Amino acid sequence: MTEFLNMGGYGLYVWPAYLIVAIVLILNLVEPLRRHRRLLSEISRHKNPNGPDTP
Amino acid sequence: MSSFSLTFHRLASLPYFYSLAGKLLPWAGGLSIMLFGVGLYMGLVLAPTDYEQGDSYRIIYVHVPAAWMSMFVYVVLAIAGAIALVWRLKLAEVVARASAPIGASYTFLALATGSIWGKPMWGTWWIWDARLTSELILLFLYLGYMALQSAIDDRRTAARAGAVLALVGVVNLPIIHYSVEWWSTLHQGPTVTKFDSPSIHLSMLIPLLLMALAFQIHFVTAVLARIRPEILVREQRTQWVERLISPRQS
Repeated sequence: MTEFLNMGGYGLYVWPAYLIVAIVLILNLVEPLRRHRRLLSEISRHKNPNGPDTP
Repeated sequence: MSSFSLTFHRLASLPYFYSLAGKLLPWAGGLSIMLFGVGLYMGLVLAPTDYEQGDSYRIIYVHVPAAWMSMFVYVVLAIAGAIALVWRLKLAEVVARASAPIGASYTFLALATGSIWGKPMWGTWWIWDARLTSELILLFLYLGYMALQSAIDDRRTAARAGAVLALVGVVNLPIIHYSVEWWSTLHQGPTVTKFDSPSIHLSMLIPLLLMALAFQIHFVTAVLARIRPEILVREQRTQWVERLISPRQS
């Protein structure tokens, strides 16, 4: 396992590269999904400003 | 109308595509995760160590797919832009606008991982050679496109202006691709696209192609996810969005 993490001495280059890729790829999905959810509740609040309980 | 153009019109209508994107999203996301799982395992564990570069070469499995995708997404941006210009198709405008930030992020990844790979192999994080500089210009083209989109309030006008910028920028793509042949550089030449004799062993090529496919499906997922809020913003004053919201209010 340590041998795997060491990457033949290049671990300090290989793993940060993969980490940056993972972060950016995940953000690419999480950010639009959150924006979508936020938009839906914003639009519904705008259409019905008194909240969901009013008839 | 033929059944083909009927299908096409339905597909290109924003309300229909909004719900279709919502249905496809989890499948595309799941497929991408599976491909990444297999690709990463093969690339990081099964693939042999390179006799020249040691294990540092394993950065190739994220660097090259990101670089390919940075160019592929730009082609998508330009084609969607051209369709938006010529046929005023709203879905094409939405696709272009949604693709730009994703393409920019792939370009950033290609530059960042290349830089990290360059340090141990070339002894420098960065050189101003043709390949790296033209890829940096690609990043600026994406950022310029995005800045233009946020500077123009009317989304239809923004789409047309952006399309012109995207089409002019296409000239950069062959420069990126051939830069390693036209100018001498530290960057290694193409290893895969020489189809007659790829200078990469199959045990390294297969994980690379799997990772490229994983990135491709990641793009599909990300663009579907980005298209949905973009459609909502454009259509928030329409009846179908109202109907979409109404069950949330009761």
